[in-house]
Amino acid sequence: MTHTIPAARLSSASKTYDDKIALRDVSLDIGPGGVVALLGPNGAGKTTTVKLLLGLAAPTSGSVTLFGGDPRRASSRQRIGAMLQVGKVPETLRVSEHIDLFRTYYPNPMPTAEIFAAAGLDGLGDRKFGDLSGGQRQRVLFALAICGDPDMLFLDEPTLGFDVETRRSFWEQIRAFVSRGRTILLTTHYMEEADALADRIVVIDHGSIIADGTPTEIKRRVSGRKIHCTTRLSEDDLRAIPGVTQLRYDHGSADLVVADAESVARELLWNDESLSDLEISGIQLEEAFLALTQSVTQTPEAA
Amino acid sequence: MTSAVITSRSPSGDAIVATTPRFRSLRIYLAEAKYELRKQTRIPAFMIPTIGFPIMFYVLFGLLMQHGNKDSATVATYMLATYGAFGVISIALFSLGVGVAAERGQGWLAVKKASPMPLTAYFTAKYLTTLAIGAILMLLMCVIGAVFGHVRMSAAQWTMLIVSETLGAIPFCAMGLAIGYLAGPNSAAPVVNILYLPMAFLSGLFIPAEMLPRFLQGFAVVLPPYHLARLALETVGIEPASHALVHIAALVGFGALFTVIASIGYHRDEGKTYG
Repeated sequence: MTHTIPAARLSSASKTYDDKIALRDVSLDIGPGGVVALLGPNGAGKTTTVKLLLGLAAPTSGSVTLFGGDPRRASSRQRIGAMLQVGKVPETLRVSEHIDLFRTYYPNPMPTAEIFAAAGLDGLGDRKFGDLSGGQRQRVLFALAICGDPDMLFLDEPTLGFDVETRRSFWEQIRAFVSRGRTILLTTHYMEEADALADRIVVIDHGSIIADGTPTEIKRRVSGRKIHCTTRLSEDDLRAIPGVTQLRYDHGSADLVVADAESVARELLWNDESLSDLEISGIQLEEAFLALTQSVTQTPEAA
Repeated sequence: MTSAVITSRSPSGDAIVATTPRFRSLRIYLAEAKYELRKQTRIPAFMIPTIGFPIMFYVLFGLLMQHGNKDSATVATYMLATYGAFGVISIALFSLGVGVAAERGQGWLAVKKASPMPLTAYFTAKYLTTLAIGAILMLLMCVIGAVFGHVRMSAAQWTMLIVSETLGAIPFCAMGLAIGYLAGPNSAAPVVNILYLPMAFLSGLFIPAEMLPRFLQGFAVVLPPYHLARLALETVGIEPASHALVHIAALVGFGALFTVIASIGYHRDEGKTYG
């Protein structure tokens, strides 16, 4: 019997902060192996999921394991690395000192030279953390996460605030690291990032998993474009146009989410010659999530 | 290092080669302490107020203003004890208490906690660094007192003063942690500021407690800095060494109390997030 233990597992895990439900009854198996992107808008429960898996918070109900064990145990933590969102890192220590210290935490740390190469920090060892650029700082946090040569790596919004070029070069580093057969859990709210790195995307919103599949499957579900216009047409007229999947209407100002923007636009202009303010744009991920969540939660709420 | 290498088998049957946990753990404690001390002493904005202010106060009020006073050596001795206490307590409350609160609020502590580092190594390093900087401050103040203030004591007294002030910082480390965990990361610094100056004043760190109005003097007994200042004054021979054990017991008691409060705050904080 081949029974593989997942690298990380949430079993019916819920987390409540005071009265706010951050995560509700989430079950998720990750790895071993592969890159999973946890995708969702701010406050969806991504960081809570990571915190539970890292043992930084305990689930209110349900259970969480890392390699079949308690995430809080040192033996579990020796097999993982985590790049978290940090407001401020001690600035007076040099890059090499930060790395040297984190290497002592692990029984079999990665050789220092390999860490520097993998994180793209060559030549920056003597710099104090406070003297680094934003991109370089994230690289140091990445370096600290891989000090223990981890089997599983957690990356919580690793490229938040990066410019396009820095982001792409950072992705290259992550890809090189993945190719060594590790498990990675990446949280992001950039669809592009999930698409570039992950082979599985788990979409989370309002504390629940609302989609789970390959990037292609997920993109198919959230495809479409958004049309904005000012129109004389009534809400019912607009809803009757074929291909409109979502509509927000307020005193003549309409926002539509549509599968085929060109044909819907043609229809709109045909039916309303005075139509103005026409704008067609791609769907922001956040709106796509909204579309996904609404379709999921409407049923229980209507009941 | 080779002698400490053992081979064991994990439940899945893979051979694991690792240094013995205890030996590795000691290395973590040492590295953590080494880098904590480096980190702190490289912050000018930290070293100038924590080391600079007590020395400045001591030089100003204990030495310069006593110029021509026939009891100047006695005053210099007295204030060496009280400003020494003021200094080491500041280091404990600000560098440790506010420092930990800040690292917690900024998410740095979470990065450390997600690693296999034992959390006790983090706190031990903070305590040891506080004691080391406290000892440096006391050494500097003693040299200044002896050279410029004509403070004369036996070698045993000098040693005991430095030791008692340095170790006397420990309960205030716990107090700093307790305040940090109760007040929250963003409020830790203002709360320490609001509490510390009145507490230092009422404990007789700036002017002798006997010079305060009577109703305030009774209050001093319940303030931890009072006991450290008294202990130091007994050490330097200003006060008869009759209550040393009482003051030590009070400091140990306060230390235990604040440790309990800090640990309650720590457990309450577990799982909560701060923006």
